[in-house]
Amino acid sequence: MSVPFYVSPEQLMRDRADFARKGIAKGRSAIALQYADGILFVAENRSPALHKVAEIYDRMAFAAVGRYNEFENLRIAGVRLADMRGYSYDRRDVTGRALANAYAQTLGAIFSSGGEKPLEVEILVAEIGNNTAQDQIYRLTYDGSIADVRGYAVMGGPAEQVADYIGEHYAEGISLAGALRLAVDALGHDGTEVRQLEPDQLEVAVLDRTRSQMRKFKRISEETLARILSESRPESSPTTDAGTHTEPAAESVNGGNYESGDATPDSSTDAADDAPVAPPVEDDTPVAPPEDPDTSNPL
Amino acid sequence: MTFDASGRLPEAFLVPGGSSFMDFLAGHAPDLLPGRRSLGSADFSADVPHGTTIVAATFPGGVVMAGDRRATMGNIIAQRDIEKVFPADEYSAVAFAGSAGFGIEMVRLFQVELEHYEKLEGTTLSLDGKANRLSALIRGNLAMAMQGLAVVPLFAGYDEDIKGGRIFSYDATGGRYEEHHFHSVGSGSLFARGALKKLYREDLSATECATVAVQSLIDAADDDSATGGPDMLRRIFPVIGVVTADGYQRLPEDEVASIVDSVWAARHERPDGPASSLT
Repeated sequence: MSVPFYVSPEQLMRDRADFARKGIAKGRSAIALQYADGILFVAENRSPALHKVAEIYDRMAFAAVGRYNEFENLRIAGVRLADMRGYSYDRRDVTGRALANAYAQTLGAIFSSGGEKPLEVEILVAEIGNNTAQDQIYRLTYDGSIADVRGYAVMGGPAEQVADYIGEHYAEGISLAGALRLAVDALGHDGTEVRQLEPDQLEVAVLDRTRSQMRKFKRISEETLARILSESRPESSPTTDAGTHTEPAAESVNGGNYESGDATPDSSTDAADDAPVAPPVEDDTPVAPPEDPDTSNPL
Repeated sequence: MTFDASGRLPEAFLVPGGSSFMDFLAGHAPDLLPGRRSLGSADFSADVPHGTTIVAATFPGGVVMAGDRRATMGNIIAQRDIEKVFPADEYSAVAFAGSAGFGIEMVRLFQVELEHYEKLEGTTLSLDGKANRLSALIRGNLAMAMQGLAVVPLFAGYDEDIKGGRIFSYDATGGRYEEHHFHSVGSGSLFARGALKKLYREDLSATECATVAVQSLIDAADDDSATGGPDMLRRIFPVIGVVTADGYQRLPEDEVASIVDSVWAARHERPDGPASSLT
């Protein structure tokens, strides 16, 4: 006796969304944060080769969480689209909006087509303008919905918890060092107990509008990261953090107690000498999957 | 260039494949590639602007590339302030002589090719790899080269492995030749090379090397009507690019001006330029 097999469209979409959401929550978080001179990206990623954050074009970057093969494919498509537009029109005609739209259509079409598995990814397309107000961050989810984000965005893993932590301490016009400290602390506040993340567990990059080159994207090396973090470490406890993050008043864009990365040369070399460049932990897995299948991580 | 009507990224964009932008264009939008257009059988060489002389010379730790500013169309000066020396990427420079339209297009495509590879692979090509990509690009232009629209580039860059500058020259069929110490291409190249031979030494500084380049361009302009000398009235001077471990840098206008002014002043005394010793 066969009963006609029927699944309501609502149920079908819900199942697909649940499927994608579960896949995305398995990994670790990635953060994009606007600071005074650009946009900072911090992702927890033990692999030095498989990136979650990447350059798309002069003023545009891409960040993603979820399945590596899926978002890597989207990243490549984005670079191809941007380079082709830039080549056939002009470099200035490559916009984050156009790319975000193309991604949204692609994700949406795949999500609602019956034949394809929804992509288990969440991506950010970020573009810097001439000042903070002109910066654009688009956040795209597995179903193709798109949101225009201001200030900061967190995706993947326990994203809400991390976002809450940033929300409590974030102030507009934060310095690079301050933003970095905040992002790293926030990534550590993703579970019931607070973790202290080391530079070799992090992937950090910036879109820096003060960079003289046309291409504003820059990765921050492990050594530089270690130096910046060790300089701000004494104040890394959550309570003092809160004080210093909120201190920079609206009128001082670079202000605050945190010096940005370009501290005085002599002090920086001193710091670099005794900076605890974190020892490589478990380097026996050279090509670690970016989504660390760490079972201790609460979903 | 085709886009899916739904706004979705076309299939070709999502296909995993090579890291070459040229190969991607060849598959997806071949009309954007130079060298794919049919021109009939006419000879266009006198009807379109041509760029003229380029020189390059290495110095310890880098390489200097310089080009005059003239484009000619037959006996006409098509443009007196054209730029023919460009950064190819952060650690290399490319310049062209020959058909200006195709030359500029080729440089643009070459720049995107290198940047595209860098973004997709997360690492830069070796200097030889870059030189070979340029070869492939010129070879695609062969049909037009045969009709008088040849582009002859000169490529130079900083090689991380040897910690110094290297120069590559090309012919119209895409042949790639490594040059040592210095080289010149374009209509005035023979005269420029004569000057380079007499003035070049291996221990020059970057500024001295740029001065040698300016001397050789002035000598080329002296004997080749298609090469433009420094335009002292309009203050239009050669474009000089310097590539070192710090990357590509275009020599600032005032530095070029001071080099040109001192060379020019000396030429008032001796119009043929400095005399080199006999032995």
